[in-house]
Amino acid sequence: MPVESAVPLVPAVVDLPFREGYVRSIIFVSLYVSVTAVALSTLFSLPVAMIMGFADFRGKQFVKSIINTGMGFPSVVVGLLVLFTVSNQGPMGALELIFTREAMIMSQFVLATPPITAITLAAITGVNENVRDAAHVLGGTRLDVALVVIKEARYGIATAILAGFGRAISEVGSVLIVGGNIVSSGGISKTRTLTTAIQLEARQGQYDTAMVLGTVLVALVLTVNAIVVRLGDEGAMR
Amino acid sequence: MPIQRRQFIAAVGGGALASIAGCSGSDGSSSGGGSAGVAGETLTLTTTTSTYDTGLLDEIHGDFEEMYGVTVDAVAQGTGAALESARNGDSDVVMVHARGLEDEFMRNGYGINRRDLMFNDFVIVGPEDDPAGIQGMSSATDALTTIAEAEAAFVSRGDNSGTHTKELNLWDAAGTEPSGDWYQETGTGMGEALNIANQQGAYTLSDRGTYISQRSEIDLTILVQGPIEGGPEILANPYGIMAVNPGVHDNANYDLAMAYIGWITSPGAQDAISSYQMNGEQLFFPEAVSEDPNFQQYVPEGWSSDSSSE
Repeated sequence: MPVESAVPLVPAVVDLPFREGYVRSIIFVSLYVSVTAVALSTLFSLPVAMIMGFADFRGKQFVKSIINTGMGFPSVVVGLLVLFTVSNQGPMGALELIFTREAMIMSQFVLATPPITAITLAAITGVNENVRDAAHVLGGTRLDVALVVIKEARYGIATAILAGFGRAISEVGSVLIVGGNIVSSGGISKTRTLTTAIQLEARQGQYDTAMVLGTVLVALVLTVNAIVVRLGDEGAMR
Repeated sequence: MPIQRRQFIAAVGGGALASIAGCSGSDGSSSGGGSAGVAGETLTLTTTTSTYDTGLLDEIHGDFEEMYGVTVDAVAQGTGAALESARNGDSDVVMVHARGLEDEFMRNGYGINRRDLMFNDFVIVGPEDDPAGIQGMSSATDALTTIAEAEAAFVSRGDNSGTHTKELNLWDAAGTEPSGDWYQETGTGMGEALNIANQQGAYTLSDRGTYISQRSEIDLTILVQGPIEGGPEILANPYGIMAVNPGVHDNANYDLAMAYIGWITSPGAQDAISSYQMNGEQLFFPEAVSEDPNFQQYVPEGWSSDSSSE
């Protein structure tokens, strides 16, 4: 009974050998880490994309190419870099972040920021010049113009955030390295996410349960996408 | 925008709180309010996939956590990676199974207070039709030589784990250098390696515990037994436990690490290890409690006070 209620989205095709609350806790950790990382990435990416979209400066193409390279950066490499940073021997070692959710958020922030920045930049650049000019002519300050452009580009920005979220929640390489895939002996996840749980099940040859967890992950991503699209539509009606 | 701002404040606040909590957690060790001086703290244990994936640690850790009011974070990494994490000061205690690597770890000053913890054994498993014909061989090295001569498919962990280290030692002892298409390094955990061997009809070296826990899912069968079932002693698989030296890494939670080592080598926890079963079979055999302790368990193998004059 408790196990069934933990996985309401999935028909009980296999007996899940999990304790009560286990699946819920790994879903929670997955969402907590990815949503926090994507929120931070968005807050970082939006201003960067705005500056890139509005201002001309030397080295702009260079920054662009760094961002584009970052989109394809392997998550395992990011995991290693974050590991070196937060490990006791690293520059942030004193904070003792290794094997914590905060370290996982750091690596997912690094992973999610390039796609969010690049897609937001494309969306902003795509906003018609006339819209900007009109906002200017109507006496808008720079901030007003920026807000108008963000509003016009909101679908593109939503796509950017979803792309970043998709990359964050589905990656396994870096969160495994810096998070350690830890579950308390009570069966509640500390740093285990859906992806690392799937990896663990596959490691043990439990492909059935791995598949069930994979279905949960896909359902979760679909749900988040649906919610964001819905919010975008409601925003448009206002 | 206000929603995002709130998220930002929440996220930053959360992060700040978490880092403050992290700091005070390490400072607060002396002011712990529980009956035990270590209450509320977290012990980071890096260990091998075989102790974790068999479910042993999850089964027994509840007692320790309750007794001391602490949390154990068990990170299953494989012996090489577990020792490396400890070397970097990222864990407090290590439970591994490769005596050579453990000795090196101790000699380099990273690990102290080593104890023999428990043992099981390795087995050579392979497809039932046994193409190389090693069934029932009493020598593990002969069996490997036979596999190499037949160029029958063999799956190696290839991941610097305790099992991989043992496998390399066995090839070494057999005087054979495995190479060729038949020898595949997978770089995976034991469970995955067993699955790969299963799908390819290949031989592999497995610890008995992981093999038992997966036996119902695969068609591989034991062809050369380990010492538990009367096989050669060379297939013994002893697990050791060590605390990270606080003299090298002053952030290591040494008090709690020693409490853990004390607990897991105590008669109660050793009983719990021996009564842990999977598919009706005992997976690990405790060896910490003895009337006649083996002094070599505390020091690198072969070490004596005369041999190292400092």
